[in-house]
Amino acid sequence: MRGLSFDIAHMLAGSLVLVSFMQLYQDRLYALLNIYALHALILAMSVAWQAFVQDAPHLYLTAVIALVFKAIVIPTALHKIIVRLGIHREIETVVGVGPAMLLGMGLVALAMVVMLRVTAEADPLAREDLAFALSVVLLGLLMMVTRRNAVSQVIGFMSLENGLVLAATGAKGMPLVVEISVAFSVLIAFIVIGIFLFRIRERFDTVDVQALDRFRGERR
Amino acid sequence: MMVVYALYGVAALLVLAPLAIALGRSPRGSAVIYGASLIVTLTLGMIALLNLFEYSGRVSVVSLPLGLPWLGAHFRIDALAAFFLVVVNLGGAAASLFALGYGQHEDSPQRVLPFYPAYLAAMNLVVMADDAFSFLVSWEFMSLTSWALVIAHHRIKENLQAGYVYLLMASFGTLALLLAFGLLAGSDGNYAFDAIRATHANGGLAALVLILVLIGAGSKAGVVPLHAWLPLAHPAAPSHVSALMSGVMTKVAVYGFVRIVFDLLGPPDWWWSMVVLGVGGITAVMGVLYALMQHDLKRLLAYHTVENIGIIYIGLGLALAFKAHNMPLAAALALTAGLLHVFNHSVFKSLLFFGAGSVLNATGERDMEHLGGLIHRMPQTAFVFLVGCVAISALPPLNGFVSEWLTFQAILLSPQLPSWGLKFLVPAVGALLALSAALAAACFVKAFGVTFLGRASTPAAQAAKETDTNSLAAMFFLAALCLVAGILPGFFIDALAPVTRSLVGISMPHQAGVEWLSIVPIAESRSSYNGLLVFIFIVFSGTLAASAIHRLASDKLRRGPAWDCGYPDPNPATQYTASSFAQPIRRVYGTSVFRAREIGEMPAPGSILPARLTVKLRDLIWDAAYAPVADGIGYASEKLNSLQFLTIRQYLSLVFAALVLLLLVLAIWP
Repeated sequence: MRGLSFDIAHMLAGSLVLVSFMQLYQDRLYALLNIYALHALILAMSVAWQAFVQDAPHLYLTAVIALVFKAIVIPTALHKIIVRLGIHREIETVVGVGPAMLLGMGLVALAMVVMLRVTAEADPLAREDLAFALSVVLLGLLMMVTRRNAVSQVIGFMSLENGLVLAATGAKGMPLVVEISVAFSVLIAFIVIGIFLFRIRERFDTVDVQALDRFRGERR
Repeated sequence: MMVVYALYGVAALLVLAPLAIALGRSPRGSAVIYGASLIVTLTLGMIALLNLFEYSGRVSVVSLPLGLPWLGAHFRIDALAAFFLVVVNLGGAAASLFALGYGQHEDSPQRVLPFYPAYLAAMNLVVMADDAFSFLVSWEFMSLTSWALVIAHHRIKENLQAGYVYLLMASFGTLALLLAFGLLAGSDGNYAFDAIRATHANGGLAALVLILVLIGAGSKAGVVPLHAWLPLAHPAAPSHVSALMSGVMTKVAVYGFVRIVFDLLGPPDWWWSMVVLGVGGITAVMGVLYALMQHDLKRLLAYHTVENIGIIYIGLGLALAFKAHNMPLAAALALTAGLLHVFNHSVFKSLLFFGAGSVLNATGERDMEHLGGLIHRMPQTAFVFLVGCVAISALPPLNGFVSEWLTFQAILLSPQLPSWGLKFLVPAVGALLALSAALAAACFVKAFGVTFLGRASTPAAQAAKETDTNSLAAMFFLAALCLVAGILPGFFIDALAPVTRSLVGISMPHQAGVEWLSIVPIAESRSSYNGLLVFIFIVFSGTLAASAIHRLASDKLRRGPAWDCGYPDPNPATQYTASSFAQPIRRVYGTSVFRAREIGEMPAPGSILPARLTVKLRDLIWDAAYAPVADGIGYASEKLNSLQFLTIRQYLSLVFAALVLLLLVLAIWP
């Protein structure tokens, strides 16, 4: 049982990293949203598995929150936003896919090296989890940095949050309050960013953040 | 239990602060607040005195559930704290009494009143704090409240600048203290003083702490070269606050130094004293040289604070030297000298600032060149100011002499020190001390002579009126204290016995039993001083001479021209001025220390332009230590300015790059 539970947890966390790479690769907004939903779904599964392994029923609640909000509500809402903004066919290019993927691989390697070294004495389950979580966080950040469209920056931010949740559930004894507040903060951030998207759109007729820079009169 | 009562007093002061906001604009507000502050500080002073005498410095401790959750706030009164509480609250009471009169003339009392009791409370708290956290919080609270008082008259541009420099130096000093406490607490984070006392820091670490404390407490006390803010900020505040800042807050800084170096840091290394002595000697001489170049009365007094802090540090440095070489009796003597000078300086510096405040109130002038002849219009102020001048110039029979004499007694013991470095350094410091004492006397001849003697230089000085009763009462009280401490020093030395006993393990010989109320610091055969006899002799011979003159000389009153140098000129501008008085000393020291340049402009024959003599002084310490730092910061901020205008993605990339960099460091770190 021990070996199997470890393997499954390992597989789910690893898939999360894999899906993060898929996000990084995907440059169509619609498909990106679908992949984000997949990301959140795998997170929910991973959390649920952690709940089962650690025998911590409150983690099921976290899993449900992740499933409902992150895998269903937020992607649906973003879908609608994208359709209303009329940018669902948009293809964006800032940093080429190839370099971004290479950078991402480097980051994953860095996360592994750091985490596996500093947590040498920790429980192997938590150890792997933390390493993957850090990779997901870094990949989310990388996505925020390399994308130009505000919607994909939002998605980068959300997947970064997912990495945090993964880290939180991997560590034993994380109180439920913390997880709920994290979930809640994501929701708030989503609402705020959504409102901002529309405000930006109203003003500049685009959600390309470059427009903001042009408006400030800055050179790129 | 004493500490609990004292904390009630502090709480009362803290309650007064919001009350003062409510009362600030009402006409009776200042009387209520200053009256209440007077009562509370008197009570606190009594508590401290009781603790010092009745219980001979028995320790009383309390810990309150405030501050950091796992630490709490510890407060403690031991002999050292009790002594400094006496100094703080004596100064606070005198300033409150003075302000009962002086504060009536304040044009914006709502800017001064709320901060005044809070400032008093903060100084009390610093002295009582018994853990690093409470100490630093109180210290910072003290800095902030005094800063608010410095910029009380914020419409004057120089005051704002003084406030800025002060705030900068205060936070710099607190940073140094914070680091010092961090090192003292060690990796376990034992921030309570009891725990720090129990674990002694080892050599290198202790030396680092000493340097940090010298910087941190020294920047507040005004040690050269960290004194730059002091002559700007002290005169900018209202005069009773100037008295508090100069007379009391610098002593609180000395308290911080003594508390950490003598109490918390454990046994000293011998070379620590070299650092402290060197700093003290340079501070004493530089302070008085700066003071001589001033003609702003309050700024002159502020620079003298720098000098006296130097004298105190010399005493403390000697005590460190003797303590390190295991000569406890000599250490007790030097420490007593330093601490007695703390008390004395707080008394006469408050007195002098009150005098300067009265003059400022009566004439609206701080510039001595615009004063003169005030002895006719403000005779009582002139008298007490003269007493203060005599005391600060260390002339017998007043109190300044006693502490400087004791310091010299300790210096004369230095040949018994085993280390050669100290054998050479201490006499040199003694020479610096003697030089600074002589220059101080010259400086106060100038301050008193130009301000109070001669003829009035301006209509404002001509129209001056004697100050009010409350202010006079405060000044006469302090003047009397100067005299009492001067002629009966034995009692004051005995009062310090519990303090020295707690810090160097032994106290000076009991002085109250010595015949004729003399003081004998080491042995009868070596040296003794009797202030009372000197006083009686001076009074007796003075009376005798005066009566003989009155009896034998003609009793016809004749008024003749004063200060006319042989040319009876009705213009008071022909009098001897402050800068002309200081000119010989400026010629001797100024050319090297201040790069003084005198530029004389003689108009061509036939021209009706006036001849001019311009003196240019440069503050080399400012040029060497402060200007490069300011330029560097200016340069760096100009370069970094472009970071203000990045795009969102660039900001995100910066954060991301920083994170990756840190992770890389973590990965590469062995």
